[in-house]
Parts: sequence; C-alpha cells; structure tokens
Amino acid sequence: MSDITSQSLFELTSNIKEKKLSSGEITKAFIDRAEKSKKLNVYVTDNFEKAIDQSKKFDSNPNFDLKLPGIPIAVKDLFCTNGVRTTAGSKILNNFVPTYESTVTQNLWSQGAILLGKLNCDEFAMGSSNETSFFGNVQNPVGENLVPGGSSGGSSAAVAANLTPVTIGTDTGGSIRQPASFTGTVGLKPTYGSCSRYGIVAFASSLDQAGPMTKNVRDCSMLLEVISSFDQKDSTSIDYKRNSYSKELSKDIKGKKIGIPKEYRVDNMPDEIEQLWKNGISYAKDCGAEIIDISLPHTNYALPTYYIVAPAEASSNLARYDGVKYGFRSPGQNLIEMYEKTRSEGFGDEVKRRIMIGTYVLSSGYYDAYYLKAQKVRQLIKKDFDDAFSKVDAILTPSTPSSAFKIGEKTNDPVSMYLNDIFTVPINLAGLPGISIPAGKDKNNYPLGLQVIGKPFDEQNILNISYALEDKINFKNDISDWWLSE
Amino acid sequence: MSKNSEYLIERENKQYEVIIGLEVHAQVTSESKLFSQSSTKFGAEPNTQVSLVDAAFPGMLPVINEFCIEQAIKTGIGLKAKINKKSVFDRKNYFYADLPQGYQISQYKYPIVGEGKVILDMPNGQKEIGIERLHLEQDAGKSIHDIDPNNTLVDLNRSGVALMEIVSKPDLRSPDEVNVYIKKLRSIMRYLGTCDGNMEEGSLRADVNVSVRLKGETEFGTRCEIKNVNSIKYMQMAIISEANRQIDLLEEGKEIDQETRLFDTKRNETRSMRSKEDAHDYRYFPDPDLLPLEISQELIEKIKSDIPELPDEKKKRFIDKFNLSPYEATILVSDIETSNFFEEVIKNSDVKLTTNWITGELFAVLNEKNLEISQSPVSAKNLSKLINLIKDGTISGKIAKTVFEQMIDGDQDPLIIVKEKGLKQESDPKAIEELINKVIENNSDKVAEYKSGKDKLFGFFVGQAMKESKGKGNPQLINKILKEKLNG
Repeated sequence: MSDITSQSLFELTSNIKEKKLSSGEITKAFIDRAEKSKKLNVYVTDNFEKAIDQSKKFDSNPNFDLKLPGIPIAVKDLFCTNGVRTTAGSKILNNFVPTYESTVTQNLWSQGAILLGKLNCDEFAMGSSNETSFFGNVQNPVGENLVPGGSSGGSSAAVAANLTPVTIGTDTGGSIRQPASFTGTVGLKPTYGSCSRYGIVAFASSLDQAGPMTKNVRDCSMLLEVISSFDQKDSTSIDYKRNSYSKELSKDIKGKKIGIPKEYRVDNMPDEIEQLWKNGISYAKDCGAEIIDISLPHTNYALPTYYIVAPAEASSNLARYDGVKYGFRSPGQNLIEMYEKTRSEGFGDEVKRRIMIGTYVLSSGYYDAYYLKAQKVRQLIKKDFDDAFSKVDAILTPSTPSSAFKIGEKTNDPVSMYLNDIFTVPINLAGLPGISIPAGKDKNNYPLGLQVIGKPFDEQNILNISYALEDKINFKNDISDWWLSE
Repeated sequence: MSKNSEYLIERENKQYEVIIGLEVHAQVTSESKLFSQSSTKFGAEPNTQVSLVDAAFPGMLPVINEFCIEQAIKTGIGLKAKINKKSVFDRKNYFYADLPQGYQISQYKYPIVGEGKVILDMPNGQKEIGIERLHLEQDAGKSIHDIDPNNTLVDLNRSGVALMEIVSKPDLRSPDEVNVYIKKLRSIMRYLGTCDGNMEEGSLRADVNVSVRLKGETEFGTRCEIKNVNSIKYMQMAIISEANRQIDLLEEGKEIDQETRLFDTKRNETRSMRSKEDAHDYRYFPDPDLLPLEISQELIEKIKSDIPELPDEKKKRFIDKFNLSPYEATILVSDIETSNFFEEVIKNSDVKLTTNWITGELFAVLNEKNLEISQSPVSAKNLSKLINLIKDGTISGKIAKTVFEQMIDGDQDPLIIVKEKGLKQESDPKAIEELINKVIENNSDKVAEYKSGKDKLFGFFVGQAMKESKGKGNPQLINKILKEKLNG
C-alpha cells in the first residue's frame, strides 16, 4: 500500500471499507503531514483536535454505507462551518465563528467526512494567486515562490501537496479551475444552481458556484455526487435529477462531438499552451471523439463583462461587513466614521478596488452604460454557447493562458492578473459546467491544464470526456516535497 | 365635487390649490417575514425575532415567503389594479445601522402590482384616486437613540418584515381627502386581511408628497416629500403646514427646492432632511439571490375567487337590499368588523332598528370606552335580542336604552334583564285604561282646560300615564286610549 496521504479518495474509501485503514490512521497521517507543511501556509484555521476525536468516533461505530466514510477533508475558508472560524481570507471576518453550516459542507459531513480545517484563499475569493489573503500567500507545492492560483489557492495547494485527499473550492470566474491548472490537479465548476450557495460567503451571487478539487477525475465525480443537491434555502438552486456521477463514469466517449472555439487562440499565447491544446485534440480523436471547429464570437467581451458584473454584485454583497453586527470593528466617533474606519482597515486593496468598481458601475448615470450593457453582453455570450451546443456535446480549451507565475510577479498589475481568467470567465457568465484537468507541463516543468466545458447539467459528459483524456494524457505531478520540515 | 367644497389656501386675492400624493407603507399581515421564517409578532423583546437571514450573516440567502406574494396580489385585486405576471426584486443600497444587509430588497422597475384605483366617498359625492403601483419590500430594523447616552441601540425584530408600498397618483387635493383615502385603503386591506392597518404599531405609515399651485394652473409645482408620517392627524397637520410654507415662499417670490423633509409634530412644522443634491444614489440593481418573480394566471384566478365582498360592493348591496341611505351604508361598511356585526344582528332582527342602534347607542359606547367593535361589550346576539324586544312591543325604545346600559356590563342577556327587573311593557288595554282613568280622575282641572281647547295638554296626560305605568306602558296604546277618553 502506498503512503496514506498520496492515495486518492477512491483508494482511501476502498481501504476504509475493506478495513485496511481506519479513519483514525488516515486522519492522523494528514495531520502529521500538515504539521510538517506549514511553509505552504495552506491552513487559516485547523480543526485537528476535533478531527482526531471525530475519526475515533467513526472508527468505534463505522458506517461503510456512506460515500465519504471517515474521510478527513479540509475546505476553502469561504464555506461557513458551524463552530469553526470562517474568515473568507479577510481581516474583517478574522474573528467570525458561524453558528451554522453551509449546505455543501453539510453534505460532506452527512456522508461521513470529517473537517480537517479551513484552507487559505484570496480575500472574499477575489484574486487569481491567493496573494490577496489577509493570512498571507500560499506556496504552490509545484515550486518554491510560485503562486498556487486563486482564489482557491489554499485548496489547490493542499490537494497537490497531499494535505487533504480532496477539497472543495468556489469558482466565480475561474477560482477552482485556474488553481487546479496551476497545481496539476482536477477542479470542476458545476452548472450554476447545481451546488447550493447557502452558507458560502458571497462574492458575486449570479456567478458563484462551489465545486470539487481532487487528484483525479474519478475522485472528482465521487465528490460532485456528494456536494450537488437541490436546496430550498437557495432560491437559485435548481431542482433536477442529478446523476450518480461516479457510478456512471465511463471512458467511452466514442462519437462525442467536441468543439474547438477559434476565439480561444488569443494573442501572445505561449506555444506550449497551443501545443497542449493540440495534444488534447489528438487524444480526444484517439478516444473516438469527433472534433468540430466552432465559433464563440463574443469571447473577447467576456472579461470586461465579468469585471463589471462581478464587482457590481460584490459591492452590494460586501455592504453587510460594516462593523455593526459581527466581525471586525474599528471604533469611531459616530456611525459614518465607524463605517469608514472599519471598512478601510478591514478590507484589503483588491477587495476595495472591486467595491469601488462595483459602486461606480451601479451609480446613477453609469448604470445603463456599464451594468445594463454588461448584462446584455452576458446574454450574447450565453447565446454563443447555446448555438455552439446545438452542434457539439462539449468544448475543449486550455484552462489558463499561462502556467503558475512567481509570487509578487503580478501584484502591481491587476489587469495582467485579471487576464488569467480569460478562458474560465465566459463559462461562469453562461452558467455552464467546466472542468480543468492536468494535461501537460511547460518548459519549467510547471503543470498546465485543459478545460472541458459542457451543456447545463451535463457534468456527467464532461467528467467522462475528462476521464478518457486523463487516461491518454497520463499526467504525473512531479512534486518533491521541498517544503517539508521535521 | 362642487366648487364650494374645494380646499384652497387664500393669499390676498389669490387662491392656491394643494396637490398631494401618498406613498403608504402597509405591513403585510403574515406570520413570518418576507424572506425569512422569523415571526413578525409586534411588541416582542428586542432582537428575539431575528434569523440569520434578517441579521445578514455571511452566506445567508433570502427565500421568498409565498404567502406575502399572495397578500400583495390580493391587495392589488382589491385596488382594482393590474397584477404584473413578472416582477423583479431589486437591491436598494445604502448604509445604516438598522439595515443589516447594507441594502433593502425592494421592487424598483418592475413592481408586482401596476395601476389601480380607490373610490373615496366625500360629503359631496365620490372621487376616484389613482394608484400608480404597489410593490413589496423589506422593512428595516429600528435604531433606538434614547436609551444609552453614548450609543445607538439596534433592534432587528422588524428587519425583513414585509411591507407593501402603495403609491397614489397626485390626485389628492385636501387634508380631508387624505383622511378618507387612508381610511379607505385601510378598510380595503382589513376586508382582505392583508394589513391590519394598526397605525399605533406602525403597520401603516406614509411618505407625503406635497406641492402647491395657483388655482386654474395646470402644471404641477415643485414637490417636497415629507418622510414617514405615522398618523392621519399628523399627515393632515404636515400637509397644511408644508403647503403654507411653500405658498409663503412663492408669495415672497422665492423658489421651492425639491427636497425630502421631516415633520416635527411638536412644533407643527416641516424641516429639511436632505436636498435633491444630497439625495442618496441607491444603486438599484436586480437582486441576484432571487429569480424574477413569475405569477401564473392560475394563481391570480385562485386568489380572485377568494376575494371577499369589498366595501364598495357591500355598500351597494346594503343600499339596494336593505334600503339604507348611502350615508348609513358608508358608515356600516367602513370597517369589516362593523359590517360583520351588522350582518350578524340583522340575521334575526329588523334592519332599520339595527342600523339606528349600531350607529347610535353602540357607537356612542364604543367611542366613550375607546373600543373597537371587535371588543364590543354587547354581542351581536344580545343586541339582536334587544332589538327584537323593541320590535315585538315587549319593551319601548326608551326602556330599551335602560336595558342596553345594563347589558354593557358583561354582555348580559336583555331577556333576563327585562324579566328580572320587570321591565316588560304593559300592553294590556284594560290595565292601560285603568291607569288612564286614574290620571283623568286626579287631574280633573287639566281635563277641563283640555276640553276647552288647550290641545297642548295632551302631552301632559301622556307623561302622567307613563309615570303611572312606571315607564312600562305601551306608548302607542296610551296614546290611543287617552285620545278616546279625552276626545270621546
């Protein structure tokens, strides 16, 4: 048996069910490794003591019918966890301990999982490098001083570094898929409405979705099966028949029509990305898929549209952090002064930047020119995909326009940072499911990902295509454990 | 309306007309709040009816309370208004300590209810007031400034309670019309059970828009909005004071600034709250946590079929069926409890007598004791019995008043009172004749005067006979027999 922490979720659950491993052993192994991995800075808050207790409790009365029997899991610190501090990577929630549980995490615990702790992320999920977190940046296990992507950077690093078997992140414009791509892991953003947003600290309500982040496609299907559910507490949750994703997982994609959008060949795209994409196309052909050239004409407008819609919603969603009810407060002589001091000191620069952009685009006199127009363009982008999906079953693109960059490299250039999301943002705007799978490496040996985009509610199909491609690609993450301390 | 009843404010040879529009905030009658399951009960301990949603905790999401939607539709139907099959909830963004989300969920461009109307019964006839729209929104919490000298305290019990904002067209022209309009709105909503209209508990409040113009002018003047006035009396005072302030400005050749004002009830004047320049930019946009609200024709029809008879229809029926005067009918239908009480009594009793007794004796008692008819000390059942005793001649109207006074004390049965006190009317002609003979015997001098032509004395004999009967003699019978005896 290989080292416990390097096992996949599938292996761990099999080993638990076959009583080859106990929940206690597994939990302890992950905690031991975490204790030696502080350099990566993946944890904002750990839950190790309680996790040990819970694993013992599981072992004393195990239920092997559950889908995550006694499996310890760390989650992004954007999910509210009952009794465990939830910060959203922000000073303003530094002391916030929810008395309630998000639906998605509740789904994990109901299937036997155990909370290991809360993973670092960009402040309020705003960022593509995990550098905006109040709790400091996260190291990408792939290489020292490399960003793990963002905003689910703690999550991607934790999976890649074997600090959690799987995790869940959230994706508003690429926050699951981009970090997955940067760390050689798998990340799926489900269809909008698939996973409940209840209890997830909101960034941009019309775009936010939780999703699985895993070592491989099979684990991804297992986790999606657990977290996706209809929830009456979220009015945008959709009641539809969800597949048994892991049971129905299949490498047979013969005859599937896969679209290649020409607009994703952006200027200055590195050759290695182009090559990666070509390889992906040829693997898909090898699997018997039919490749079809398609056009998504409004792709160029996706990023500007996103940077109007998302900040607009964020500026309103973050108004509740005002120092009155919970979280950080900086006292003032009067209400206005208290607001100003609390929010100036409590939010970081990137969050403030987006609040200002959002406030501006919603202001009277600018609303029509920005917000309303962006909503119209959003419809056009959605229609592009509708049209494309009348011809194809799925779309294949690169996940990101580059591999992971150095910490600090882009912090002073927000636009270049925003460009990271160029391939992932349109999918959020259209509400579609998209998955990033590791597909190759660049000249520095840093991982690169390919993205498979599906029709609404067609997660099974993109999982199957990814499963088939994964087999052909046979990606091996080359991680040296450089950060480990004794 | 006839010319002479116009409400005009005079200034040296000039007459100013006052233009009024109201934005009424009516609290929806519902067990739970608009987007959460917390209770809406009034008067609970501070911050005991607050859910995580109401307090805007991270990750909390609003879920529409369908009952509140139905209540708004119902009210729209009651206002003869168009129900919009698609409406949208927007966020109205502003910071305040008692607004936990930092925005109020309201409806901006697409309200649930469109144009409608309300008919006012004015002394000179009917007047129609247009309704611009009705939309649903959340109430805010309460900031309390006068408990702690250094801090403002916040009570979130009211935070998230459903309000209907009913916006009238600028069709109102006088404080009297405002009075009748508010009462009519309140009456319609109470008939429908969509708002209890309790102004003391803040269930009904209004923003009052006032402008003035010279009589005969067709353009509207610049308006000012007086925020959050919570009684009809204060609305009327605020209108009069604000209209005069505006007229004074115009008379001095000054301009009126469009602004938001507050009414200071102690000083009976309005003062500026914020100017147009300082107006909030609320940055309205559709709430992404809520899907557009879609209402099926089926639901509208279902609600329509449940709509009770409303005041206007009831009034017409009372006039047509019971032959009441419009005035009587208006009074009886103005409040659903009153009309229910009335209809309960007339099930077994005479309509005319019932009308007189309710609008007369009963209303007097309720006024005196400051009670609603739902708290009436005399039940419909016992009032009906009393009226039947009058009708069948068991007691006279005068005795009935004595009996009624006693009934008030614990809703006593008039039959028992009449029996125990021996108040039954004497209607035996023989007994009456006997006591009349006695009166004639004892007053032979007056009889002579009467017979010599002093007709006025007849009343004296009636009084004496009544006295002799200890008030129980049947007045008609006394009259009849007296006439026979004296004139015979």
